[in-house]
Amino acid sequence: MLKQTNYLTKVYGLPDGWTLPVYERESHGYEAARRALTTMSPADVVTEAKKANLRGRGGAGFPMGVKWSFMKPHAKKPAYLVINADEGEPGTHKDRTLMERNPHAVVEGCIIGCYAIGAHVAYIYVRDELHLSKERLWQAIREAKEKGFLGQTPFGKDYAVDVFVHTGAGAYICGEETSMLNSLEGRRGEPRLKPPFPAQSGAFGCPTTVNNLETIAAVPTAFLLGCEDFSKLSAIHTLNDGGVRLFGVNGHVNKPGVYECAVGLTLRELIYDLGGGITGGKALFAVIPGGSSTPVLRAEETVNAPDEKSPAHPWHGKSVLDVPLGVDTFRSLGTMLGTCCATVMAEGTDPVAAFHNLMQFYRHESCGQCTPCREGSGWLSRIADKLLAGTCSMQELDSLYDIASNIMGNTICAFGEGTAMPALGFLKKFRGEFEAYVRGERSGRDARLNIGSAV
Amino acid sequence: MTFALTPERERELVEILARYPTEHSKMAACIPALHLCQDQIGWCSDEVVTFVASRLDLPAAHVKGVVTFYSLFNQRPVGKHQLWVCRTLPCALRGAGEVLAHCEKRLGIKAGETTADGAITLRTAECLASCSTAPMIQVDKVYHENLSLPQVDTILDRLQKG
Repeated sequence: MLKQTNYLTKVYGLPDGWTLPVYERESHGYEAARRALTTMSPADVVTEAKKANLRGRGGAGFPMGVKWSFMKPHAKKPAYLVINADEGEPGTHKDRTLMERNPHAVVEGCIIGCYAIGAHVAYIYVRDELHLSKERLWQAIREAKEKGFLGQTPFGKDYAVDVFVHTGAGAYICGEETSMLNSLEGRRGEPRLKPPFPAQSGAFGCPTTVNNLETIAAVPTAFLLGCEDFSKLSAIHTLNDGGVRLFGVNGHVNKPGVYECAVGLTLRELIYDLGGGITGGKALFAVIPGGSSTPVLRAEETVNAPDEKSPAHPWHGKSVLDVPLGVDTFRSLGTMLGTCCATVMAEGTDPVAAFHNLMQFYRHESCGQCTPCREGSGWLSRIADKLLAGTCSMQELDSLYDIASNIMGNTICAFGEGTAMPALGFLKKFRGEFEAYVRGERSGRDARLNIGSAV
Repeated sequence: MTFALTPERERELVEILARYPTEHSKMAACIPALHLCQDQIGWCSDEVVTFVASRLDLPAAHVKGVVTFYSLFNQRPVGKHQLWVCRTLPCALRGAGEVLAHCEKRLGIKAGETTADGAITLRTAECLASCSTAPMIQVDKVYHENLSLPQVDTILDRLQKG
C-alpha cells in the first residue's frame, strides 16, 4: 500500500515554507476556509466534517466531526476552540513539525473550526519549550490578519474570528484536555472531573471543543478535497478511519522522521520502507506503536483476533507488523494507535532498562492530585530502580501488577491508565527478562538507558 | 527588594491581558506574566510572586501554587544559560546518556547543578518532542538536534566563551 502524500507537508523544507505566500501558492491556502465561511452554514460545515472520518490525532482517536457536533449554542455564554499543542508524549514529534513548517494550516483549520462550533476565539496551547513553534504560529496569525482572513470580518463574512497562542510552563499533564483548560485559565494544571465535559463547560466555564493540533491542521485539506474524498484516501476508511496523517518513527531506525501517508500504513512499512530499516542491520526487537503510553509490541507477535467482528480479524494469525495503523485495528491488538509515532527498539535493547526509563518519566510527570497515580507511579519507579540494582525480589516483581492494576480506573484522568498500561505491557511481553534480573542473571545490561530522572 | 517589569514587558503584559475574556483575563495572564518576569531576572523569586499577585489581583498563594506546579518556573536562581539534555526513552535509545555524561565531564558538574562561574545550569528534561532528531539538547530557547559529541563540544565552547 505505502501511499505517501504531501497535503500537509508540501511546504516542509521549501524556502520560507511557513509564510503565507508559499502556503497560498503551494497548498491552495485559505481556499477551504473562504469557501466554508462564505458558502456554507456552520451546521453544513459540521455535517461535512463528519464525512471526513477524521479520528483525533492526539491519541484517543475520537471522530473530529462528531466532537464538533456536541457543541450547542448557549444563551449567555460564548464558545471556545482550544487546540492542544502540548506535544510531550515520549516518542511523539509530529505536531512540532506542523507548527514550525506549516503553521498556516493550523490557523486556517482554526478558522473553519471556530465557525463550525460557534466560537469566535481559538487558543492554541503550545508547550513552552517550543519557542520556534510559537514564533511561527504568531507570524502566521499576523499574516492572516493583515490579509483579512482573521479579525472582525474574515473573507468579508460578518463572523469574527481571533486566534491566540497560549503557553504552558513545563508539565506533561497539560496535554490532558481538562488540565490544559485549567492551565489556560491560569491555574495549576490539574485535571478536572468529567462530566461536565468541555463541550458543556470548558474554557472559562464555557462550551469548548478541544482538538489536537494535527487534527485541526488536517481540516483545510479535508474541506479542500471534499470530506468524503478525503476519507477515501485511507485504506481503512470503511473502519471509519479516514484521510491522511503524519506517521513518526524514531529510535533504532536509519531514517527517523515524520512522514505523511494515507491512513492504513503498516508498522512494517513505517519501520522498513520509510524508516529505512533497523540501525546496524540488526533485527527488530520491539516497537511502541504510538507514544510511550501505548503498550509495547514484540517483533514476533502475531494477531489473535478469531472473532469476525474484530477490526483486526482480517489479519488474524499474521504478524502485528502487517496490520494497518488505525485507531480500531490497534485497539483490537491490545495496544493503541496513540499519536502514531513509533519508537523502535533493535535486538540487544534491554526492555527492563526501557521500562525503568519510562517509569521515571511517569513518576516525574504525575501531577499528584490522585493518590493511586501519585503514589503508584513513584512505587513503580522505585521497583524499577531495584530491578536495575539487582535488589528486587520475585514478590516485588509480582507487586508491579497489583500496583499498576490499582492505578487503572481509579484516577480523575487518563494519565493513570497511561502509566499503568505501558507498565503492564512491558511486564506481560518481557516477563522472562524481568525474572532474569530478579534471579541475578542479568544486571544493568543497557545502562545507557538509565539517565536519571529530570532535574 | 521589590520587583517591577520593564516598561516594554509591561506593555506586553497589557497586550496579553486583552487576549482573554475580560472577567477572567487577570487569572489567565498568570502564567504568561510569570514567564515575562522570569525572562527578566531568570527565576520566580518571592518578589516576583508578590508582584504578579498584586498586578493581577490574585492571592499570592495562587501565584506561588502555579510557580511550584510547573517545572520551567525556576524556584531559585539559575545560570546565565540553561542547558537541557532530553533524557526520555527515544533520545536515550540514540545516545542521550553519552551526551549527558559528556556535558557533565566537560562542565565538571552533575545534572541539576550550575557551574561555579554561574554561566551554565545543566539540566535534564523529559521528552521535548524531538524524538526523530535525537539526541538533542535545548540551550535557553533553541533546540540543537541530531547531535554528535563534537557538535556538543562546539555548543559548550560557545557558551563558555560568552
